[in-house]
Amino acid sequence: MPAEINFHVTRFNPETDQAPYVKIYPVPVREGMTVLDGLHYIKENLDSSLAWRYSCRMGVCGSCGMLLNGRPTLACNTQILHIATTDLTVGPLPNFDIIRDLVPDLMTMFEKHIALQPYIVRADQAELDDPEGEFYQSPEELDAYLQFTYCIKCGCCMGACPTLATDARYLGPMPLAAAQRYNADTRDDGRRARNQVTGSSHGAFRCHYAGECSRVCPKGVDPARAIQYLKRQLVLDYLHLARRKKPCKKLHGPGQGKLLANITPAPAKTV
Amino acid sequence: MRETKYWTWHMAAGVVILFLLGLHMLIMHLGGITHLFAPHGGEATSRANSLYRDGRLFFLATYILLLGVALYHGLYGLRTILFELTLKPGVEKAVSVVLLIAGLGLFGLGVWAAFATHAIAIAGARG
Repeated sequence: MPAEINFHVTRFNPETDQAPYVKIYPVPVREGMTVLDGLHYIKENLDSSLAWRYSCRMGVCGSCGMLLNGRPTLACNTQILHIATTDLTVGPLPNFDIIRDLVPDLMTMFEKHIALQPYIVRADQAELDDPEGEFYQSPEELDAYLQFTYCIKCGCCMGACPTLATDARYLGPMPLAAAQRYNADTRDDGRRARNQVTGSSHGAFRCHYAGECSRVCPKGVDPARAIQYLKRQLVLDYLHLARRKKPCKKLHGPGQGKLLANITPAPAKTV
Repeated sequence: MRETKYWTWHMAAGVVILFLLGLHMLIMHLGGITHLFAPHGGEATSRANSLYRDGRLFFLATYILLLGVALYHGLYGLRTILFELTLKPGVEKAVSVVLLIAGLGLFGLGVWAAFATHAIAIAGARG
């Protein structure tokens, strides 16, 4: 017997509406049904004009970030009966302009992201463009940044950030965590260039360490920690106390790096 | 990187404030136990003990240092709060200039007051 949950959905069309308003849709809910499924039900049966963004339906693409019962999270990754018994509020991610209904304008986030050069920066550009070998990196060095690579750029952390709520120019958790991800990568040599942006007046130092970004991240990334690492590195760089190290060197063929112990051999080729 | 410099000094100023306020607590509020810089006995706030402290160069230096670090720490904090209101770049610059002028003015006034107190204390000690 399906339960009926009232979806309180924020609606807004900038071409016709003065301000966002809430519309209630009764949705029959079965065990295992996600909020995304509920939105599909509304679109197919109750109101075809409802707009939201989604793609993979499995918590990988980061498209369906929205505010569910006041918490920024992924609609595809959240089962309705886990968070609601009678009513469920569904709104767009805060701290972003609304394009329409539940679709936030994420461009401000991506512009900040791009400004931080979220890619490997090295002096040997020729090797990056036309690689002849591999850059060696130990498992310990990989561990230093691995968790920050899990970010799917859904914007949930940006929606939860209290600093961003008042300071629209603050870089925010996602771009800053991305900066830390590359700063901590031993193949990268772009930290000092990124410092110009992360150390700006709306950069890492504006973080109050509320920790909401880490709490809401659907992928378990800890952007608040990344920002504290950034602050420490910025101060060490300013005081000239940071160790000056060159990016890791290139290997000229396979098998030159230190291999992990007890790796199971690859199966024999079948073709 | 300029903000990194400001923030680093903001943190350093906080540590100095902690140390100087700790000293203040030890001398003024725990004087009954510590008897620090109170050679005339009785309350740390008595006239004789106050004149004794005000006449020493160490206290003149700590007054000025505390004034400087507290002004810097406080005004930088205020600037941060104001910057978080999404101001226009021109307004941010104006805020920084106003706070800098206010800080320098208050610092000058405080230094003058510290030296005046020091001079009065020395004159008082001479009778």
